[in-house]
Formats: sequence, C-alpha cells, structure tokens
Amino acid sequence: MAKAAESSGDPGTTSPRPLMRDLKAVGKKFMHVLYPRKSNTLLRDWDLWGPLILCVTLALMLQRSSVDSEKDGGPQFAEVFVIVWFGAVTITLNSKLLGGNISFFQSLCVLGYCILPLTVAMLVCRLVLLAEPGPINFMVRLFVVIVMFAWSIVASTAFLADSQPPNRKALAIYPVFLFYFVISWMILTFTPQ
Amino acid sequence: GLQLLSEFGDEATSAANPGATTIHIEGPSESPTHQPGLPRGSGGEEDDELLGNDDSDKTELLAGQKKSSPFWTFEYYQTFFDVDTYQVFDRIKGSVLPIPGKNFVRLYIRSNPDLYGPFWICATLVFAIAISGNLSNFLIHLGEKTYHYVPEFRKVSIAATIIYAYAWLVPLALWGFLMWRNSKVVNIVSYSFLETVCVYGYSLFIYIPTAVLWIIPQKAVRWILVVIALGISGSVLAMTFWPAVREDNRRIALATIVTIVLLHTLLSVGCLFSFLFLECGSFGHGIYCRKAE
Repeated sequence: MAKAAESSGDPGTTSPRPLMRDLKAVGKKFMHVLYPRKSNTLLRDWDLWGPLILCVTLALMLQRSSVDSEKDGGPQFAEVFVIVWFGAVTITLNSKLLGGNISFFQSLCVLGYCILPLTVAMLVCRLVLLAEPGPINFMVRLFVVIVMFAWSIVASTAFLADSQPPNRKALAIYPVFLFYFVISWMILTFTPQ
Repeated sequence: GLQLLSEFGDEATSAANPGATTIHIEGPSESPTHQPGLPRGSGGEEDDELLGNDDSDKTELLAGQKKSSPFWTFEYYQTFFDVDTYQVFDRIKGSVLPIPGKNFVRLYIRSNPDLYGPFWICATLVFAIAISGNLSNFLIHLGEKTYHYVPEFRKVSIAATIIYAYAWLVPLALWGFLMWRNSKVVNIVSYSFLETVCVYGYSLFIYIPTAVLWIIPQKAVRWILVVIALGISGSVLAMTFWPAVREDNRRIALATIVTIVLLHTLLSVGCLFSFLFLECGSFGHGIYCRKAE
C-alpha cells in the first residue's frame, strides 16, 4: 500500500524501505493510539498496514469454528472485514461531504488504528470466556468493552475533531460513535460454542 | 453556510451562529416559481404558515444559486450536506414534536434539504432494531438451559435493505405522483425530490427510541409504543403533504394522504413486529424461527 512520506534525503530513489522500519512506524502509531495526545503523526505519515493487521486479527477472533459458524448466525470473517472497511469508508465520505479538510486515506488510517483498543478488548474477552460462564463473567466483559469503546472514541476524536468545521463537529463524530458501538456490540455478544 | 433572517423568529438561530454570513432581503419580491395569479396573504395566517409564503420566495431565490456545480463533481454532493449541528437538531425536534398547522418542510428545511439526516437516521434505526431485537430475545430466554444465544447478524442486512429502500423508493413514488398531479391541477405547494426524501428520513427518527424501548417484553407496552410512534410520524407526513394535494380533487387528495399513512403503518408492522415477535434461536441442533409468545 502506498506511503505518504518519502524517505528523507532520498527523494528520487525507489528502493524499498526495510521491513523493520515499517514495523517500527506501525508500532509507533499503535503507541499514539494507546496514549492519545494531540499529535500529527497519525495524520502525516498515514499507512494502512496497521488497520489491515487489526482488522484481520479482529475478524479472526470474532469468527467461530467452521462446524457451527454457518448455523449460529455469527459474523463470518468476510462480514467483519466488510463492516469495518465499509463503515470506515462511509464515515470518511461523510466527514469530507460535511466540509472536513482531511484526506481520504488519512481518515481511513485514523479510524483503522483506533480499533486497537477494541481488538485488545476482544483478546481479553476471549481469555475471560475460557473461565466459568455466568453473570460475573458477563460483567467483567461488559466493563472491559465499555472502557475500550470509550478509549477508541477519545482516541479517534482527538485526531479527527480538528479537521472539521467547528459548527459541524458533532455531525462528523456521531458516525464514528455508531461505528465503534456496533463493533463493541459484536465483541460483547461473542459467544463461543 | 448562508443564513437568511426572516420575520419568523430566526433571531435565535443567527445569534447562535454569529460567525455565519447573513443576507437580508427586504420587502416582497416576485419569484418565478410562484404560480401566476396567486393572491398573497389570502386564506388567513394558518395558510401562510403552512405554505410559508412570506419566506419561500426569498429562500428559493438563493436556492437557485446554490446547486450550480455539475453532478459529477464532489461539490455538487457537498451541497446536500450543508447543514450545521443545530439545524439537524432542530429538524429532529420538529419531526418528534409535530405542531398542528406547521409545515415541516417550510419551517425547518427551507430549501436546504440535507441527506445527512435521512442517511444516518436510517443507519441508526437499522442497528437499533437489530440490537434491540437481539436483546429482547436474549432477555426472554434468560435462564433457559437449552437456549443458545445467537447474534443474528443476518437480520442487520435484511433490516438495512428494507429501511433504506423505504426511505428512497416511497419518496420517489410520492414525488413522481405529485409531479404528475401538478401537471393536471395547479398546486400552490410543490416539493422537490430531495425535500420529500428529507421529510421521510427525519420522520423515521421517532422509531429509534421506539425500537430501543421495545426491549420491554410487555405486549401492551409495545402496542402503545407503536401507536404513539405511528401517530407522531404519520402526522408529520400528513401535515407536510396535505398542502401539496389540497387543491386537487377531494377524493384523490384523501387517497394520497391515506396511502402515505398506510405505507408507514406497513413499515412499522412489517419491520418492527417481525424482528421482535419472530425469534430465531438454536435449540440443540440447527436454527429455528418461531412466533414469540
């Protein structure tokens, strides 16, 4: 996938960047999501590798074993993938139509990276589900999902809010809220067979 | 966006948005879109508020200047999202509290129809119905050992298709019908296609809290909620479209309004009832759907 930033000092070369440098860039953005401050890193050096990794991880964890996945009506791998990317594209289009000055891929990048807290919540939920089922189990999962949902919203708002005209911020943020709410719902209602 | 100060108490909105550009248009002016020979101010004040005669000519003058980009540019579609937060809230408020005699289109839309409201209200409604149907099934079977919880994600795509189809196709049919009647009978009030879509989209808002409250598993409560939602939503639509058919043949006018309300009833019955009264669960092996209670 294309990168926005060229390698410094070599504007004309087309040599491929080393893998470690790419991984470090992705890791740095993960840190920026986990500790959201007003910074331009996510916007300036956008990439879609991180969102892709997170989306694949989430879709794999939300999918059940092939024996009962057909009958249970839970999300298939492709369904989760489509929901995440279709949702992100729709939100990006919405914020651009409202007059936001963020580029298409920058917005996809931010929305994709801010799924990180919810992916962590999915991991925790899967671990908690290995224990004895019951109301305590559910309350723990509910608490984790709510906290991570709030974290995702705060992180994405910190990055996206500035690019919107001031009297339309709520209109641009509401679809983000709906998007992460639906993903949180999918995580919370996940029950393994 | 541009704002117009008119005599109908826009001072509050302009005060809330001091940085916006405002344009004053003084005095009555001839608008080419008015039917010839229409006496202004006739029929009493209630008619004026329903028809919005005093400010419609000002807004239509500017409306003609707004949408000038060709339809293949991005700017053309941006004109359909030219709303501020407070405008969306006002329109939602107008759809939930219908005031008798006030026309939703003339009062709130004022030739600035937006697609933001209809699109996101439909999206929220789809998820509200799916999630609340899910939750109510879960609550009904809480404690049953053989019931295995099913997230039922297939319902989301069905709900989305039905709701979005309703929100686009019914306004299209209604607008086509009204345009056809306009060619036969002189009508004072006519709505553009986008204004029709806008009214229908915002009228669906009341179903969102209704769907959420449907988690309550009492049959009487659910019936009351549906009747209230249908009443509010249907009255917004009826009061909006009555001025557009009033000049027509009495029977056709009544038939139009009745059809509008009937289709709306069909939506609530078909969509909400089937999602909440039909439960799908896996009992042992396989998935079974059955009527609840």
